[in-house]
Amino acid sequence: MLTEEEIKAIDHEASRVPHKKAALIDALKIVQQQRGWVSDESVSDLAEYLEISPAEVDSVATFYNLIFRRPVGSNVILLCDSISCYVMHYEEIYASLKDKLGVAFGQTTEDGLFTLLPNACLGCCDRAPAMMINHDLYTDLKPEQLDTILMKYK
Amino acid sequence: MERPLTKNIHPGRPPLNLKDYEMTGGYSALRKIMAGMSPKDVQQAVQDSNLKGRGGAGFNTGMKWSFVPMDEKGGPTKYLIANADEMEPGTFKDRLLLEGNPHQLIEGMIIAAYAIQANISYIFLRWAYKAAAKCLEESIHEAYHAGYLGENILGTGYRLEMYLHTGAGRYMCGEETALLNALEGKRAMPRAKPPFPQVSGLFGKPTIVNNVETLCCIPHIINNGAEWFKSLSYSEDGGTKLYGVSGKVNKPGAWELPMGVTMRELIEEYAGGMKNGYQLKGVLPGGASTDFLTVQHLDLKMDFKSVAAAGSRLGTGTMIVMDDATCPVGFVHNLQHFFAQESCGWCTPCREGLPWVEKLLLSLEKGTGTEEDIDLLQQHTQWLGPGNTFCALAPGAMEPLQSALKYFRDDFDRHVKEKKCPYHHNHH
Repeated sequence: MLTEEEIKAIDHEASRVPHKKAALIDALKIVQQQRGWVSDESVSDLAEYLEISPAEVDSVATFYNLIFRRPVGSNVILLCDSISCYVMHYEEIYASLKDKLGVAFGQTTEDGLFTLLPNACLGCCDRAPAMMINHDLYTDLKPEQLDTILMKYK
Repeated sequence: MERPLTKNIHPGRPPLNLKDYEMTGGYSALRKIMAGMSPKDVQQAVQDSNLKGRGGAGFNTGMKWSFVPMDEKGGPTKYLIANADEMEPGTFKDRLLLEGNPHQLIEGMIIAAYAIQANISYIFLRWAYKAAAKCLEESIHEAYHAGYLGENILGTGYRLEMYLHTGAGRYMCGEETALLNALEGKRAMPRAKPPFPQVSGLFGKPTIVNNVETLCCIPHIINNGAEWFKSLSYSEDGGTKLYGVSGKVNKPGAWELPMGVTMRELIEEYAGGMKNGYQLKGVLPGGASTDFLTVQHLDLKMDFKSVAAAGSRLGTGTMIVMDDATCPVGFVHNLQHFFAQESCGWCTPCREGLPWVEKLLLSLEKGTGTEEDIDLLQQHTQWLGPGNTFCALAPGAMEPLQSALKYFRDDFDRHVKEKKCPYHHNHH
């Protein structure tokens, strides 16, 4: 079931568009913000509330890479793997993160603290390599900085 | 040298709030049009300035606006959208404008909306720009409060609502018709054209989508005139341009400069030259989907026409520098991985072709590639080229591949002959 808080937030987004169903992407983001990810149950609930089919909700939910259809860790690391970060050796950052966290791209640490994901260009190519953890952006990364950065989320 | 778009932006300092913006002449262009310019006057002024869209396509902005029906056929609802998706890899220019001077964009949007008589506007902002989202929300609120947005703008009776929409990822959202689908809550698939969005766009209504940098030029054109705007440029395309350089240069960054500065000035002067121990090997002049230029093009003027004449595109104007220690095959593999991943899957050449290209490049990188694989790559640049796909994603993906095969063919051949990536241990 959608919570009252979620419904209120979805209604607010729906007021900005002519049809309720146009607020679907925002609604998915609202649910994810509350629950960390979008479960099958949430897909059905949103379909019912926005008066569209669950298949349509799922097709949209799985299209957008920042909507999670599986549980993620309490912190999500998005490491940029696009071209400027490639030239500036993001692969060294990835190797170091894999080593420190014991997980590869697409995986969550056993303690549930971190999910590690690749992400297309973060738009700070002049400060590559770059990553985001939750809402925080880290740029000009060096492998030796990672311990200090990760510690903030433990 | 005049820098109208960025002269009041000081990276590291907080963005200009409404009061700061007004102190620097902000919203005077809006006052000017409300005091006596018709929507057609505004369209004409922008068309005369020869402002070309800064999102990559380079179409005359005023002309784009002129396709919107202005009589009753246009209906009571029209939309104006700022494309702030900035997802082209290697591009980071709009971030500077969004985080530094959000009211400049808002004023540009209000003027653009007035020019086409739109009553609803959206800023489509990419998910990752958290700082920009915060200052845009605050600035939109300030603009409503000051009477620049809402029911009765500056007492003229003109009404405009403005909403911020943040995305949920996906490169396709930057393509204007896919962006419209995303705003409608759907998957970001491109639409068939015609009908063009100017006639039937968001929710089937006439819609203009303009890039952030394009919209930020508008208040300055209105204040200072088309001739002034043209005089800012070193070339026939009007205005300044936000250029950027990333890669192994001493001072990567973005700068507002006259349209048409040379690649040499950008790399050697503004970006401080190549880092010690590296030579320049190739440049993607305007993002991931533009053809390589090389050392022979250093004195090329970076404007739409000159870059096109050299076989590439100005694109977003933010260049990615490839140095001599970076493998061109690995570089292009990284790009094709991105494009294959971001293909929306709608049309077969793109959905099937891009993963194939990615695999062929990976086999070359691993040392298992053959001469025939290189021929296949060459063929794909035709099969996925313009005219064979539903939208510009796959043709854009082929631009760096076809030019890499042209300029760096030796590197491809060496992967086959040596059965390994010859650059593999060159990482410093």
